[in-house]
Amino acid sequence: MTYLTTHPWRVAALAGSHLELVTVALAVAFVVALPLGVLAARRPGLAPWLLGTLGAIYTIPSLALLAVFVEVFGLGFAPIFVALVVYAQFMLARSVAAGIAGIEHAQVDAARGLGMSAAQVLWRVEFPQALPVVIGGIRVAAIAMIAIATLGGYVGGVGLGVLIFNGLTLHQNAMIVAGSVAASALAIAVDAVLRLTERLLAD
Amino acid sequence: MNPAEIRFEGVTVRYGGVQRNAVTDISLEVSGGELVVLLGPSGCGKSTLLRTVNRLVPLQSGRVLVDGTDVAQLDPVELRRSVGYVIQAVGLFANMTVAQNVGVVPSLLAWTRADIDTRIDELLRLIGLDPATYRNRRPSALSGGEAQRIGVARAIAARPRALLMDEPFGAVDVVVRTALQRELIRIVSELRTTTLFVTHDVDEAFRLADRIVVMRDGHIEQAGAPFDVFQAPATAYVRQLVHAGDDVYLQYYMRTRELLRAT
Repeated sequence: MTYLTTHPWRVAALAGSHLELVTVALAVAFVVALPLGVLAARRPGLAPWLLGTLGAIYTIPSLALLAVFVEVFGLGFAPIFVALVVYAQFMLARSVAAGIAGIEHAQVDAARGLGMSAAQVLWRVEFPQALPVVIGGIRVAAIAMIAIATLGGYVGGVGLGVLIFNGLTLHQNAMIVAGSVAASALAIAVDAVLRLTERLLAD
Repeated sequence: MNPAEIRFEGVTVRYGGVQRNAVTDISLEVSGGELVVLLGPSGCGKSTLLRTVNRLVPLQSGRVLVDGTDVAQLDPVELRRSVGYVIQAVGLFANMTVAQNVGVVPSLLAWTRADIDTRIDELLRLIGLDPATYRNRRPSALSGGEAQRIGVARAIAARPRALLMDEPFGAVDVVVRTALQRELIRIVSELRTTTLFVTHDVDEAFRLADRIVVMRDGHIEQAGAPFDVFQAPATAYVRQLVHAGDDVYLQYYMRTRELLRAT
C-alpha cells in the first residue's frame, strides 16, 4: 500500500487512462455489437453461427489474442484497443440478441401492424425493453475489459498495467500491489454503478 | 375518414417452407362501414386473409384493394397507419403508459401534442375508462378486459378507414367478452368503420356480424347475412357448424344479437 500513499497522483493518472481506454473501447465495441445482436435476434437461423463465432473468439486467451494484434499493429495503444473491442463482442452482441428475443411477440406484431417502420419497432418498442438485459451485458463486458486492459501496460504503456509490469521488472512489490488494487477498485466501482443503472431501468 | 371498401380478388397465400396454401383463390367484397366476420376453425386461413389487408402477409397471387387501390402499390407503413389492427394477445407496449399506447399512431403521424392528448382522453372515455385514473398506468397493471379495451382504443386512435380484428376477445372471460362485444357494436356503428373480425366462435359471429364468411381449409364455404347462412347453409360443413335447422340455436342467436344492441 505504500506506493499508493507516496504516489497517489501517478496511480490516479494511470487509473484515468485505464478507464479511458476501457470506456472508448466499450463504446466502439457496442456500436459494432448492436447491429450484430439485432441481426442475431432477427435471423434465428443465423444466430448460432454468429454468436458461435463470437463465442469462439471469446474463448481465445486474452494474452494470445493480444499477441496477434501486436503482430498486426505493432506495440502501442492500437493492439490493446482492438483486442478489447473484439473480445467484448460476444458478451455485448449476445445480450442485445437475448434482450430483443425476450420481448413478447405480440408487441412486435402490434407495432408492425400499427405502422411502425422497422427502425421504429427497434427503437420505440424493442430496445427500451431490452435495455436492462443489454446493460447487464455491458456490465459483464466492462469488468472483463478492465481486467484485460491491464495488459495495455505491457504492450502500450497505458493504464494501471504499467504499474504491474514495471513493478515486476523492477521487483517493486508495492507498485504491483498498487496497480492490482487500483484495477480491482475500478472494476468494483464500475460494477456497482452499472448494477444500480440496471436496477433503475428495470423498474 | 370515409369507411373503406375492401376487395379481395383471387387471393392466394402460401407461407415459405409449407406445401399447402394457407389461403387459396379467395374473392370477397366488403363494403364501406360493413362489419364482416371471418369464421372458421384454427388453420382455416382466416387470420392470414385478414393480414393480407395491411400487408403483414405477402400474396402468392391475386390482389387486395382498399378503396380501389391495390395495397401492393402502397407504402406498407403508411397503409398500416390508416388501418386499425387489434390482436388476441393485445400487445400493448410494456415500456409505455396507457396514454402513450393509445396515442402511438397519432404520434407516428406527427399530430400535435395537444391534439394527441385530447384524442387520448376522448378515446379512454369512449371505452369507459376514466382518463385521470388510467392515463399513466402501465400495461402490467391492467386487467385482461382493460388491456383489450385499450388495444381497441389504440387501433382506432387515428380514425382509421378500416379496422382489422384478429380474435380480439378470445382471451377474456365470457362476461367481459360480452361487454367488449357490446362496446364494439356501439363504437363501429358510431364510427361506421369498415371492420373485418376474425373468430372461431360461432356465437360471437352471429352476435356481431353484418355478414358472416365461413372459411375452411383456405377457402370460403359460404358468405352471407347471419340468418341467411343459418336458414340456407351452402355446405354440409356450414350446416353442422351453425347447427342449421335447430330452432333452439336460431332463437339463441337472435336473442343474444338483440340483447347486445339493446341500450
